[in-house]
Formats: sequence, C-alpha cells, structure tokens
Amino acid sequence: MAQARGKVTIDTEECKGCGLCVDACPPKCLELLPGLNPYGVHPARYTGMNCSGCGICFYVCPEPGAITVYRLIVPKVAQPPKEGSHAATL
Amino acid sequence: MDEYQVIESKSPVFYDKYVRKSELQHQTHYCPGCGHGVVHKLIAEAIADLGVQDRAILVTPVGCSVFAYYYFDMGNVQAAHGRAPAVATAVKRSNPESIVIGYQGDGDLAAIGTAEIVHAANRGEKITIFFVNNAIYGMTGGQMAPTTLIGQYSTTSPWGRRPSNEGYPLRMAELLATLEAPVYIERVALCDNKNIMKTRKAVRKALELQRDGAGFSFIEILSPCPTIWKMTPQESRKWIEEKMLAVFPLGVFRDRKLAPMADAVPQTSVTKLLGLDKPQEVVTRPMAVKDSQPDLTVKIAGFGGQGVLLLGQILAEMGMREGREVSWLPSYGPEMRSGSAHCHVCLSHERVGSPVIEHPDVLIAMNEPSLHKFSKMVEAHGTILYNSDKLPAGLPPCEAKIYCVPALEIADGLGTTKATNMVMLGALLELTHTLPRETALALLKAKVRNVKLLDVDCQAIDAGMACLRKQLGPATDAHAHDGELAPCS
Ligand SMILES: Cc1ncc(C[n+]2csc(CCOP(=O)(O)OP(=O)(O)O)c2C)c(N)n1
Ligand code: SF4
Ligand code: SF4
Ligand code: SF4
Ligand SMILES: [Mg+2]
Repeated sequence: MAQARGKVTIDTEECKGCGLCVDACPPKCLELLPGLNPYGVHPARYTGMNCSGCGICFYVCPEPGAITVYRLIVPKVAQPPKEGSHAATL
Repeated sequence: MDEYQVIESKSPVFYDKYVRKSELQHQTHYCPGCGHGVVHKLIAEAIADLGVQDRAILVTPVGCSVFAYYYFDMGNVQAAHGRAPAVATAVKRSNPESIVIGYQGDGDLAAIGTAEIVHAANRGEKITIFFVNNAIYGMTGGQMAPTTLIGQYSTTSPWGRRPSNEGYPLRMAELLATLEAPVYIERVALCDNKNIMKTRKAVRKALELQRDGAGFSFIEILSPCPTIWKMTPQESRKWIEEKMLAVFPLGVFRDRKLAPMADAVPQTSVTKLLGLDKPQEVVTRPMAVKDSQPDLTVKIAGFGGQGVLLLGQILAEMGMREGREVSWLPSYGPEMRSGSAHCHVCLSHERVGSPVIEHPDVLIAMNEPSLHKFSKMVEAHGTILYNSDKLPAGLPPCEAKIYCVPALEIADGLGTTKATNMVMLGALLELTHTLPRETALALLKAKVRNVKLLDVDCQAIDAGMACLRKQLGPATDAHAHDGELAPCS
C-alpha cells in the first residue's frame, strides 16, 4: 500500500476530546478512542490511513499542542527545466 | 522508508509548560471546543511568523481569557475589566516599538469597557484589538452581554432577550467603523474550516499593519462558547453560522492605510522629558540628625475635606527632610467631601516594610466616628489626639491615652477652620518630639503660597503645641512623664 501523504500525532493528554478534528477531517481519518484518558475524555486518534497532511485538524483544534501534522517528504527528482518557466514566474 | 516533516505543530510563542495548577500544566483552562483556544493559536502563529515575539505585549481582559498570560511567552499585562484598550494605549505610547495586542471578550469590551474601546479607536491608537464575541458572559456563568442575540436565553434574560426590555445586540465592528481614525476593522467567525482560515488571515493582517506603523486595527471574532450555550462543540459551530451571522455579518468594515499624521507628537522618553538623561547634580539626603528619636507610626482619620491626607503628607515630607525612611498610605472613599478618609504614616530609621499600620503609636481622630472606629487599634502605650474639647459618651475603654485638642475651634479662632489639621500637627509635634517644629515651618513655607494662610498655619501649629503642653504639664518630654500626665476626660 502506498504511504499516505500525511500523518498526524495526537497528544492524548492534551486533547480534550471535543471531536472537532474528527468532524473536520476531509478524508475522515481521525476518530475518538473508545477508552478514556486520565482526564476523563475520549481523546482523538489517527486511524493510520489516508491522511493528506492538509492541516485542517490543526486549525480547528482549540488546544495549542494537541495535534502535530506531518507531510511526506517527496524526494526531489531532477526535473528538466521548462522552457521559459523563469520568465513566467516573474 | 518514507520520511515525514512537521508542517503544523505547537507554536513557539506558547510556553512548553503552563505555570498553572500542577496536574494541568500541559493543557489550557478552556472548556473542550471553546473558541478562545483557536484564537490563541492564530495569534501565536502570526506573532511567530512575523518575528515579533520579542517585542509583542499582550494585554489580557477579565473574562474566561483572563489567564491568557499562562500561555503566551511574551510580554503580558492583565488589565482590569474592560480597561485593556486604555492599558494598551499606555504600553504602546511608552514603548512605540512594541507590538501591543488587546484581547477582550464581549462583556469586557462591549459592556463595562465600552468607553475605553471607543476612545482608543477614536484616538487611532496604534494597537490591535482582538474582540472575541461569544454573545455571553462566559466566565461568570452566562449573563446577558450587549451582544446577546434577540431571544437568546441567559441567566439575566431568562425569557430570552427582548428588545423592549434589554435593547438590541450591539454591533461593535460597525459602531467603530463610524469613527475616522481606525485603519482596519473586520469581523470574522470560527464556524468552520474556511472561516477559521479567514480569521487566520485577518489576525495576521491586523498585526502586519501594526508592525508597519499603521493605526488602530480591530478584529471581531464570532466565537463558540459550547458550555454556556449548552451545546456540543459541533452544535456551537452551527449556531454561529445559523444564528450569529444574521445579526453580525462578516466582512471588512474599514481598510485604510493612513499616512502618518502631520501633527503627530514627536516620540520621546520619560527620562528625556524630565531631563534625567543629562548628568545629574547629586542630591545627598541629610543624615538623620536625631537618631535617638523613636520611630513613629501615625494613623490620621476623619471626614474627607478635613485635611486628613494632607496632614499625613506633610508629616511624611517632614520625615524625609529629617532623613527618615517614610511611607504615606492614603485611603479614601469615592466622595471628595464628607466621605471618610484616613491615612497611615510611618517614620522610621529603617526601610519601611509595609505602609499598612495595624497598631499605630498615635491616632489622630479628626471626628467622633473615627475615634469610635479606630481607638481600639492603638498600641497600649500609644496616644490618641481627638479633635474636640471633650470625649464623647459611650466610648469603649481603651488602653491608649487620649488627649482632647479642640483643633477645629482653635483654628476657627485663628481665622480659618482650614488650619484644623495644622493645630493637630502642632499637638503631635509636642506629644512626640520626633520631628522639630522648625522643619514643619520650613516645609510649609515651601508649600503654601498664600502668605496669610501660611501665617495662620504657623500660628495653628504653635497653638496646637501650646494646647497639648498645657495638658502634658510643665515638662516637655511626654514619654518621661507618662505616669503623671493628665489626659482630658
Ligand atoms: C469590575 C468588574 N466587574 C464585574 C466583574 C465580573 N466579571 C468577570 S468576567 C465578566 C464578564 C466576562 O464576559 P466576556 O468579556 O464576554 O468574556 P468571556 O468569559 O465570555 O470570554 C464579568 C462581568 C469583574 N471581574 N470586575
Ligand atoms: S491533516 Fe488533514 S487529512 Fe490529516 S488528519 Fe488532519 S484533517 Fe485529516
Ligand atoms: S480537536 Fe483537538 S481537542 Fe478536540 S478532539 Fe481533536 S485533538 Fe482533541
Ligand atoms: S465558558 Fe465558554 S468561553 Fe469560557 S472557557 Fe468555557 S466555552 Fe470558553
Ligand atoms: Mg463573552
């Protein structure tokens, strides 16, 4: 299976289980854990599949550090320079 | 194996650990799904990206976000309820290089602080205000705010807000947009991803404008309060979209870049203004001349208008002239006259630890209520000087000695009751011998411009001294004769 373009980690102790990230994630790759964390809430968790690394969950989450979003580093492939591409970006 | 890089993570503008309740230092104090956290994140991100963390100062309100200083690793000032724009004004004007952010709720900004925000905006203060409008007083448990919607329930609009009784929701962005000075005003909402990203842009834009030296910027953010609204975090987002947007339309209400005003006051520092940047003549304080004199604590109490505070000030200044460590702590009610006033004065050979005196050596009671109220506080070996020719009936027994000094009548006899406090000063000088009469006269000469009044003041001091001397007996050292003294009764 191809590696997902993104991934997230969630600090289950900082997460307050509001579920906003779960709702907002476009590919629906987050869920609330059935178990409770020490503070009595069901924290969010990455299902491990299909994250695009879009960052939406980070911005809807009210907690400063509950979510960290990663994106796959695409190895640089030597691209043939496009004709006139330099001028086009000016 | 494929490698990942972090693209979104906790902003370095937040502390790693929050200095709050020990077991909760890794999370904020906000309810799950509260909008305040999102606003915090957007502000932190913009500050980090603009590279202004070192010179950013956050002025926090009273409301749920009162503890924002737990989180932001930057300058923090916590203002009294509604006063953030006034505090931010001072911070910005005294540190023009700083980036000053006011953070306020709708109760804070649109109720108790309406005057402050209007005038700061009208003056075009070069500050940025983030106005978190959740249509309710969150912190205090859900009272109606000026921004509460028509029909919305709150503890103080239990039948829903009715225009006939509580008026209409106040639109602060529109209201401020009627003013000339503001350069940027926008209303945004935290109702969905798209709008959160618009909020992110607005926050950044406002801070960029301040960085570039533009004037007043104001971002109103419609923000969910799931707890008080009694909704799930998801329902609260929907409620913003369905109910709040109709009353508080989103958009930019002002976007103007002002050229610097031609009449702008040149910036200077307080040090320069006072001429303290030039080499100073070294002023050495006179050494304590009478080191054998005891320390003295005095409480002076009476009505406002009796010169209570001024008497304390004069006493403290006399102490300074004599090389003492002094403190003067005034306390007065809202009324300038006829309310009660008192002050504490310490004259000491050592640094004054606390200006509050629990048991004064001397109480100067300028009226009867003060005598009743404070006589029991006086030290057992202490003294009370009472402004009357006789003690009132029903005074509870107290260990301190009481001398009656009819200061009001004496001053009146000299031509003005204004000198009543000076009669008391004379009595105090005679009683304690802590400070010389000459110092009092020199100080008054420097302070009182009116020659006639100065003369009366000096006579009043002497009359007060004479009055007490009569009661103390022929010897002048009160303390040496404690046993034989004949206080009035
Ligand atoms: C001078 C003063 N008056 C009243 C209060 C009580 N008080 C504390 S917070 C608050 C309202 C806060 O509402 P808001 O500004 O909307 O903030 P929120 O909690 O909703 O974010 C009030 C009235 C106070 N602390 N100080
Ligand atoms: S980064 Fe985007 S895709 Fe990945 S979990 Fe967050 S919201 Fe979902
Ligand atoms: S949005 Fe944040 S706090 Fe809420 S469930 Fe997701 S990770 Fe937890
Ligand atoms: S009461 Fe409302 S505004 Fe206050 S922390 Fe809770 S959700 Fe946020
Ligand atoms: Mg509020």
